Amino acid sequence: MFDKTLAELAAGLRKGDFSSVELTQAYLARIKTEDSRYNSFITVTEEQALEQAKAADAAIAAGNAGAFAGLPIAHKDLFCTQGVRTSCGSKMLDNFASPYDATVVARFKQAGAVMLGKTNMDEFAMGSSNESSFYGAARNPWDLERVPGGSSGGSGAAVAARLTPAATGSDTGGSIRQPAALCGITGIKPTYGRVSRYGMIAYASSLDQGGPMARSAEDCAMMLNVMAGFDPMDSTCLDREVPDYTATLNAPLSGLKIGLPTEYFSDALDPQIAERVRAAVAEFEKLGATVKEVSLPRTELSIPAYYIIAPAEASSNLSRFDGVRYGYRCAEPKDLEDMYKRSRGEGFGAEVKRRIMVGTYALCAGYYDAYYNKAQQIRRLIQQDFVRVLEEVDVIMGPTTPHPAFRIGEKNNDPVSMYMEDIFTLSLNLAGLPGMSVPCGQVDGLPVGLQIIGNYFAEAKLLNIAHQFQQVTDHHKQAPAGI
Amino acid sequence: MSLDRSDVERIAHLARLQIDENDIPSYTENLSSILNLIDQMQQTDTSGVEPLANPLDAVLRLREDLVSEGNQREQLQAVAPAVEAGLFLVPKVIE
Repeated sequence: MFDKTLAELAAGLRKGDFSSVELTQAYLARIKTEDSRYNSFITVTEEQALEQAKAADAAIAAGNAGAFAGLPIAHKDLFCTQGVRTSCGSKMLDNFASPYDATVVARFKQAGAVMLGKTNMDEFAMGSSNESSFYGAARNPWDLERVPGGSSGGSGAAVAARLTPAATGSDTGGSIRQPAALCGITGIKPTYGRVSRYGMIAYASSLDQGGPMARSAEDCAMMLNVMAGFDPMDSTCLDREVPDYTATLNAPLSGLKIGLPTEYFSDALDPQIAERVRAAVAEFEKLGATVKEVSLPRTELSIPAYYIIAPAEASSNLSRFDGVRYGYRCAEPKDLEDMYKRSRGEGFGAEVKRRIMVGTYALCAGYYDAYYNKAQQIRRLIQQDFVRVLEEVDVIMGPTTPHPAFRIGEKNNDPVSMYMEDIFTLSLNLAGLPGMSVPCGQVDGLPVGLQIIGNYFAEAKLLNIAHQFQQVTDHHKQAPAGI
Repeated sequence: MSLDRSDVERIAHLARLQIDENDIPSYTENLSSILNLIDQMQQTDTSGVEPLANPLDAVLRLREDLVSEGNQREQLQAVAPAVEAGLFLVPKVIE
């Protein structure tokens, strides 16, 4: 049961092999017995899930159910869920039951989905390991001593451990793709502006994008059908038609032109991962694709550019957390300034405070040109590199991460070393391009991911490419030992 | 770029963040190493390059000047730490 994909579960529900209530009860029971090992859920919404399942069963019986009716999913805990705690992995919002639903959540509700709960994440989405969560680290189901990646680590772990067939995540610098790679699952970060950010607690507004995490490209396509689309409540959301992402999964790949950037295969990359990625690319050649070497010369510059832009935007976005209207307020504030400083000082964790301070510094008068403006110029150059390469090839491929999952605590004392793990994922967010990670094998028993990068609004093509790969390989079907 | 203690105190004040005395040295060290990382950017020539603020160079959308939202004060204030008569309560501001 727990090995079934969303597509298989949807078919089973339609045929009447099981009901949504039975399915939901089974997942809720599994979460109860297994999640103490992974700490992947912050909140489990048992009552609400069963109510939604009942309603879905009624709709299926009446014959007027949508494609997603009765399917269980989990939401990363930065998507606002009405009446349910939305913590963003932070003490600052531990007491915050959102008064409204994020558009992504509302869309899934309308489509008949069942929400199992809210998943663990790095605090305010700042991190690559899920270690900075107020609720404790989430653990990688492939090796409990290792990180599941971040910031959507809870979603990654929950899907890999089969505690939910799928989950939503968000990606600002790699936070869907990197945990997907480290947990051996499939995830896609859509083009900036494809999925509404309304109700997604903001980290960096020009980089954030919500997306699906599941065990197959087909499942991701089903989810993206629900998630994508224009939303008047999000001023950066594009008014552009949403194709049926499941309709083109089986298009043949002959003639596909793949580019492999030289810079992605440097000494920084674990040679075993390089091998798995090249083997994956060879599969695509068998499917009719051609491969050529390309160059993205400013790949390394994406790190400093991102670690100025994202913290700068975060310092602005997180200034709303002041203890006045919602969230944590310190005890017995002496005056307004004391209330601001202690609510924020006590409510935020160390990494969040670090990034707020970096951002504040970068935006200071006198430093703005040298830091923020410079970073935005480099951002334009990085975008131009991609646009140029995507004129020569259809997609770019490479590793998602330079290493497989590292140990919990290994990179805690050195934030910069943690930031280096994002080298292959950051530039996509800077450019706003869509990217996927699909499992492409294991290194020392730990999963590794192949990253597939497309042009603006090429999600259908990416999903098609990934699906074809998953028809001739079985990396995505592997489960952690004992699961 | 190396920061000293007084830089960190000033930045923390600007960001309205209380930092514990004992933590200031480690924040100073971490922030300095992050800023050193950032300094790599200075070696790149970006003269004449237009900064990129929005990946699609999108422009803010306009809408009709019509009321579309209702008053949801009660619902939105339900999560506030301290509220009275529809107002958010905070410590005294005016001396």
